[in-house]
Order: sequence, then C-alpha cells, then structure tokens
Amino acid sequence: MFDLRRFTGRDMRLSDKFMEFNWGFLLLLAAIASMGFAMLYSVADGSFSPWALRQIIRFGVGAGILLVVAMVDLRLWMQLAYPIYAVALVLVAAVDVIGVTGMGAQRWLSIGPLQIQPSEIMKIALLLALARYFHGLTLDEVSRLRNLIVPVLIVMVPVALVVKQPDLGTAILLSASGAVIFFAAGLRWRYFIFSGTSVLAAIPIVWSRLHDYQRNRVFTFLDPERDPMGAGYHILQSKIALGSGGVFGKGFMEGTQSHLNFLPEKHTDFIFTMLGEELGLVGGLLLLTLYFIVLMLSLNVSLECRNQFGRLLSLGVSVTFFFYVFINTAMVMGLLPVVGVPLPLVSYGGTSMLSLMFAFGLLMSAYIHRNQEIPRGPSAFW
Amino acid sequence: MGQIPGRDGSRYKTFSRRAILLGGAQGAAFVVLAGRMYYLQVLKSDEYTMLAEENRVNVRLIAPLRGNIVDRYGRPLASNRQNYRAVLIAEQTPDIEATLDKLARIVEITPYDRRKIMRDVKRSPRFLPITVAEDLTWEQFAQVNINEPDLAGVQPDVGETRHYHYGSELAHVVGYVSPVSESEIEKAGDDEPLLRLPGFRTGKLGIEKRYDASLRGVAGASHVEVNAYGRVIRELSKDPGKPGQEVVLTLDMAVQQAAWDRLADQSASAVVMDVHSGDIMAFISTPAYDPTQFNMGYGDKEYRALLNDPYLPLVNKAIAGLYPPGSTFKTVVAIAAMEAGVDPSHSVHCNGAYTLGNHDFHCWKKGGHGAMDMHNAIKHSCDVYFYDTARRIGIDVIEKTAKQFGLGQSYDLDVPGEKVGVVPGRDWKLATQGVSWQQGETLITGIGQGFVLTTPLQLAVMTARIANGGYAVTPRLTRAIGGKLIVPKAAPKIEVRPESVAMAQGGMNGVSNEPGGTAYRSRIAEPGMELAGKTGTAQVRRISKAERDTGVIKNENLEWRQRDHALFIAFAPVQAPRYAISVVIEHGGSGSGAAAPVARDIMKAMLLRDPEIQQAINPAPPPVVKVKEG
Repeated sequence: MFDLRRFTGRDMRLSDKFMEFNWGFLLLLAAIASMGFAMLYSVADGSFSPWALRQIIRFGVGAGILLVVAMVDLRLWMQLAYPIYAVALVLVAAVDVIGVTGMGAQRWLSIGPLQIQPSEIMKIALLLALARYFHGLTLDEVSRLRNLIVPVLIVMVPVALVVKQPDLGTAILLSASGAVIFFAAGLRWRYFIFSGTSVLAAIPIVWSRLHDYQRNRVFTFLDPERDPMGAGYHILQSKIALGSGGVFGKGFMEGTQSHLNFLPEKHTDFIFTMLGEELGLVGGLLLLTLYFIVLMLSLNVSLECRNQFGRLLSLGVSVTFFFYVFINTAMVMGLLPVVGVPLPLVSYGGTSMLSLMFAFGLLMSAYIHRNQEIPRGPSAFW
Repeated sequence: MGQIPGRDGSRYKTFSRRAILLGGAQGAAFVVLAGRMYYLQVLKSDEYTMLAEENRVNVRLIAPLRGNIVDRYGRPLASNRQNYRAVLIAEQTPDIEATLDKLARIVEITPYDRRKIMRDVKRSPRFLPITVAEDLTWEQFAQVNINEPDLAGVQPDVGETRHYHYGSELAHVVGYVSPVSESEIEKAGDDEPLLRLPGFRTGKLGIEKRYDASLRGVAGASHVEVNAYGRVIRELSKDPGKPGQEVVLTLDMAVQQAAWDRLADQSASAVVMDVHSGDIMAFISTPAYDPTQFNMGYGDKEYRALLNDPYLPLVNKAIAGLYPPGSTFKTVVAIAAMEAGVDPSHSVHCNGAYTLGNHDFHCWKKGGHGAMDMHNAIKHSCDVYFYDTARRIGIDVIEKTAKQFGLGQSYDLDVPGEKVGVVPGRDWKLATQGVSWQQGETLITGIGQGFVLTTPLQLAVMTARIANGGYAVTPRLTRAIGGKLIVPKAAPKIEVRPESVAMAQGGMNGVSNEPGGTAYRSRIAEPGMELAGKTGTAQVRRISKAERDTGVIKNENLEWRQRDHALFIAFAPVQAPRYAISVVIEHGGSGSGAAAPVARDIMKAMLLRDPEIQQAINPAPPPVVKVKEG
C-alpha cells in the first residue's frame, strides 16, 4: 500500500487524489441509489419516465459533483466555509420574502428555470461553518461560554428562519446536526444535559406556537387509528403496505398498496414502504445494511482524519445522513410522526440528491486530505 | 491511527471517543429499525396482509333477476322489463349544467330532478354513473344514442324494472315492489347485503311480499380490484348469483280479466274458486291502485287521492271487506235446519211479517209468500220461513254449521289483510258485548243480517263446500314455486248428512233454474253450464216503522252510501259442480238485480275455459293455451 505520510504538508497532485479517492464508497452509494431507481421504475408501472430516468441522471450529475468537490483541497473548503454559510443564510432569508409556497409552507426559490431549496444548502453550510469555527478552538476553549456565542448563533439564526417558513422537520434536523458538531468538538456533557432539560421545558411553549397541521401530525403519530381516513391515513396505509409485504415481499412491481394508490407519496417520502411491500423484509434489511456500511465507512473517515475541520465536517455529514435515513424509515414504520424528510439517495427529488452528493463530496475531500494537517489558527488561511 | 501530540491530541481523543459513541448510537438505532421491521413484516404480517386485501378487493353485488309471477297457464303477470335510462358520468363532462340543458331537449328534466341530480353528483365519486333519466321511450332512448357525441358524459343504459302486465287488475293479488325501506334494512341487519344495493326493490304487498324470498333470488358478486379512489381496475372473479324463482298462481287470467271488466267501475269484489282443489281462479277487488306507480314512487297528491277515495282502492275487499251475507246465508241455515232434524217439507206460512214477542220481523216481500217449504223458501228467499226455522233450531246449530262451511275464519291466503268476520253465538256475544244472546238475534241471524259478517272469500268457500257435497276445501292462490307444484291438502269431509247439503244445492238450483226463483233471470240457459245460485241483499241502514208504512225507499233514490249491498253466490255446472263464485257489489242495490248478472257472466267465462265443458257444449276445439312447464 501507499505510504500516505509522504504527502503530509505538501499539496497532492490530481492523479494522487484519484488514487486516494474511495471508489468503493461511491459504488456503495450507487448501489443504494439503484434500489431507488428500481422502485421509481416500479412506481411508474414499469417505466423509466417520469421518475426513474431523471433520478438516474441526477445521480450521475451528483456523482460528478461528488468527484469535483472531493478533489478540491480541504483547506479551500475551510476557507470557503463562512462565505458559503453567508450565501446560504441570505437565500434562506430570501425564501421567507419571495419564496414559492408549496404544501402549506414556503420552501422553494425560483431562479429562472431553477428551483432551489435554500434549506438544503444551509444543511451543508451549517456543517462547514461550525467545523470551521471549532477547528480553531482547543478542547479547553470549546467549553468556554463566550466561545459558544458565535456557534450558537450560527445554528439558531437559520433554524429560526426555517421555522418561520414553516418547516419544522428541517429546523429539527439543522439543530440536531449542529448539536452533533458541538458534541464531537468536545463540549462538556453538562451543556448537553442543561440544554436537553431546557428543550424539554420549552416544549409547552413551542407547542402553543405550532401550526395545526404540525400538531395534527403529532396527534396522529401518537394514535394513527384516531382518524384512519384522515390524518392517520398515511401512517396506517404505510404500515399495512410494509406488513403485507412480509418476509419476501409481493414481488417487484406487484405491490398492491403502492400501485393502487393506497400508499401516498410513494415515489418520495414513502418510497421505503414501497420497497418493503414489494421486496419484503429481505429487501428492506438489505437497504438498511447498505446504509449502515456507508455510515461505518464515514465514521472511519472521521476517525482517520488528522485535522479537526475534516473530522468535524465528515462526522457532521455522516450523522446528518444518518438522521435522514433514521427519521424517514422510522416515520414510515410508524415510529416517528410524519415529517417531510426524504430517504436519502432513494427518494425522488433533485435538490436533496444533489446536496447530499455535494456533502459526500466534502466527506471524500476530508478522506483524501485526511493526512493534511491544518494549523488551528485562522492566520494560515486568510 | 497516528499519534498526534500536544493539545491537539486531547481534542483528537475526545473526538474519537464521542464519534465512536455516536457510531454505537447509530448501530443501536438500526437495530431498533430492524426490530420494527421484523415486528411489522413477520409478526404482524398476516393482519396487515388481510387489511391490504380489504383495501384492494371490493365486492360488488350483482342483483339477481327477480322471478316472474305467472297465472296457472304461464301467462306473465309480473316480470322484468328493460328500463331505458340515461346516466351521467360527471368526470366526462366539463359542464354538467350545460349537458343537462342539452339532454332536457330530448327528455323532460324538471327543476326537482335537476336538484336531485346535482346532489347525487356532489355525493358520489366523479367516475360513477348517476341516473339522470329513467323509463325513456324507445324514441327518446334512440335520440340519446344518436346525440351521444354532443351530450358529453351522458351514456344510454339499460336496466331492469318490474313490470306489471295487468296493472291495477291484479294489484290486490300480486301486490308491488318498491325501494327498500330503512326499517327493512334494520331488520335484515347484515344478513342481506342486497337490500343496501342502490335501486334494489323488495315486495311490499301481496304475492310480491309473501314470496319475496323466493322471487328475489340469490345475489351474485363480482370481486373487483379497486384503487384508493374506488375506481375498478379489473375484475378478479364473478359469481352471477341465482335468479329468483317463478311463482305460478292459481288464477286464470282470462277469467280474471272478464271479471274485472264486468266490475271495473264499481266498488265490488268477486272470488271464483275451484270447488275441489280450492284454486282461486279469479280474485277481484275494485277499484285498485297502479302497482307500477308504487314502484316508481306515488306522488303525495295521488296517494292522498287514493286514501280519500270512497271506493277504497287500497282495501282488498275480497278478503278485508266485511259484509252481512244477507240471504246467501240462508243456504247454511237450511243445512243447519236439516241437521237439526227439520222436515224440509214442513211448511211455514208467510204473510209478510213474523211476530216475536212485541216485535215484527218483516219479510222483504210485502204481503208475504204464502205457504213455504224449505226448497221454496230458498228459491224465493223467504225471510219469514227462515225467521221461524232459526227460532226453532236455535243459534247454536246455525253457528256450528256456518263455521263448518267456512265462515268466521281466515285461510292464511298469500295476500295480507284477511279478516275473520263474525259468526255470532252465545259465547261470542257474552265475550264481546257482555250481554247474553237474545232470541230476536237468532231470527235476524237466520236471514244473514245482524251480527254476522263475512268476506267475499268466505262466501266463495261456503259456496264451494256446498257445491262439492260438504268437503272442507280451503282456498289457495299459489300453484307452484320455482317449478315445484304445491299439492293441495285433501279436503276433509264435513260432518253433515249428504241430504242436508243436497237440500241446499237443490234450493240454489231452484233460485236460478226454476221459474220464480230470485235469480231465474240471470240463469245460464246453455245445457251443461247451468249454475245454481243464491241472491243476497244486505241492508246497511235501519228501516224505520214509518218508512215501512209509507213504503220502503227504493235503492235508486238513496244516496250511494245508504244503498244495500248486492250479493250473489253460485256454483256450476249444477250437474257436476266445478266452480264456485261469490260477488259482492257495495251499495249495488239488490242481489238479484246487480250481483247475479255479473256472477253469471263471470261464471260463464269460467266455464268456457274448462276444456271438458267446452267439449260438452261446443264440439269445436278449445282455444290453445300455452302452458309453461315449471
């Protein structure tokens, strides 16, 4: 094998980076995405249009983005962290002002033919900014209260804007990702215990400010049979679809719940249900296993990284990825309330696919440049 | 992992520890997910599989074709007719109102219909057809077909509807079907899902009700795969069900029609019966209602008109009309007298009235009949003879004989509403009136007035039992169900002496066939078809002493409600009785004048239907009647 140490302190050549790139990782992502392609092909009753083909193209584009992002020097990403965050923040704020309303919330920005979801960009920008910030702090400095003001603001400002849209799911995801970086950076336990208690105490206040549809989702989650034809319909039908799939499933393209439209949103948020119905427990566990391998490989990247920025960034990416997978699958199984979170790499959707591949690009960049030591002080880069 | 010295080292150690902790938490989360999947897809799989099937498979009932009702020769009385309709599929038209406007040029659509259609459109899914017009004529239906391209969303459709071939002529026998009522659904519960089928109809009266279960058939079912919106994707399996069974009545429609035509304008009833089998050949109650109107829905105004009609079209008079039998009752009184040992040649002198205590009982013939024996008393319908006879034999034997001959009881006929009537006696009076029997009441009963009340059906049964020589035949309306003949029970012999019955028969023969008989004018002259009858005129008002002195007011001069009921009973042929008839014309006047000619005509029609009698009186072959094999 290579002696990676010889690159330490020196810029790598592009060919070296290609050699370093973890191609198996990309292959794994492709395997996961392929299960999505198959399901999208099935949703369309055995047709590549309108979903499967576009999703394949997106994955292709996403893979390209991933490669490009991975090749960029991690130090450059660190330099760009704050500017990217600033742009994302402006876009998120812009959504509140000129955003397109969809599903009872403002989430999109239309720029020419492009429709972008600034909250997706913010998910990455937040990780970059926090990783950048904590990179500059020693373990002792991390737990000093005055050093926490900036990172808390970095998290809370976009969270507040997203809540206003209102997009509770994304807001929770952003907060959780932020908390993970704080945690990995070494913030003392007592802060988490303290803020955890505060969050619990805040629940009644938050509850009183929630929209009716958000409250209903919680009610419905607690008791899906409460209103089987109304709000509980999605969860109930999803459980019926999964349960009726059994161990080996009803067969590819044979899912009755999906094909007869009893299952809602089956090409997006409920795609895992469709997979479970058609391919059964076996198919579902296969997909979960693939996800778990991706997560463990990502964790390994974080552990092997020799710079704090790379460690925090890669861990942030993988844990965010985990949140997506967990929230989505737990939701369709009736373990969590229905929140609009897609199943990463599998659900149909452009923005989430591209932003996810971008994030994995950052992870790969951290992997390729894992031996690159980066000084703590900001002076080295700006 | 490389060793990183200094302060960065402690940062790295903390990071690694916490990252591995997070990794562990992720692993645990995946275990939870896998466990949940195991729970849903393995442990609960059966339950959810069932729910998925319930989602997917919809059972659509197929209404079975209702069984026909036919007469004894297979002539259809009630059957299913194709109903040409126009249906609208909301999703296929951009503008429902405009489409209805166009359709209204072909078929009348009232504002009421239009509101109903718009309501139906709102209530049902947009891909389900809604009936917008029913019972189209062939021309209208053809026009809908031709204009289909122009009538967006409208489709011609053919359904089934109940058709009553003889309308009101048979309303009181066949009854009618109409949409299922709430109470029926409640009563049936989940046992009969057919009742919940839109447009399904059940028998509400008469044969339609009595044999509803047989006529209805067994529902078929089509298992279809539906999507979440209820749209049918494909048919999985189909069970066509079983059509309803045919019900064959004992009626002979030719006789029924002849009888109807003869009585149509009056408030009357008639029953023609086979004296041996009890088969009811004709069963008339006029006027009647239109059963089809009940099926399609009577308007409020029309229904109230039916209720308020003084001729009571909703009442089945043949079984629910109660009339004093009048002089027709004298036949059983004569039999009772014979049984009580009265010598038929014993003569009673009639001078026009009979005095009991300080009360005079009048004969209908002012001035009296003179000397009367039993035969002549029946023939001339002498009241005084029967006052005297009744007094001598007493009420008990009259009561017993009247009951033996079928009065004062019901026959569980297949049409509802049968009345029992009254055959009075000592016990009956004590029980109902609380006072004991008076002798004067025996006298009145002797001429079929007073308490005694009978239905035309009972009178026909009484006549049949006299005609067949004293066998307790019971009437019936249904001959076969679903191809299976119903065998009539053998009629038991009534415990009377043959001479007694022969006496009554002979008297009735005298009424019709001997000059001077009260119905001699209404005899049948053709040899082999002669009938034997008995007139009856039932008084509905009390005639006062003053009126009797100045002369009883003639029926023609009374208002309709005050006139006497006209009754006539008869059997024929006299030599070998086959058929019995009773005719009651409400407020028709006298039995001889109003009822006897009608009864004669009906009986004649009846006799002419009998091949044997046909052969005997006219060697030409009888009309060919197609008999439908069960």
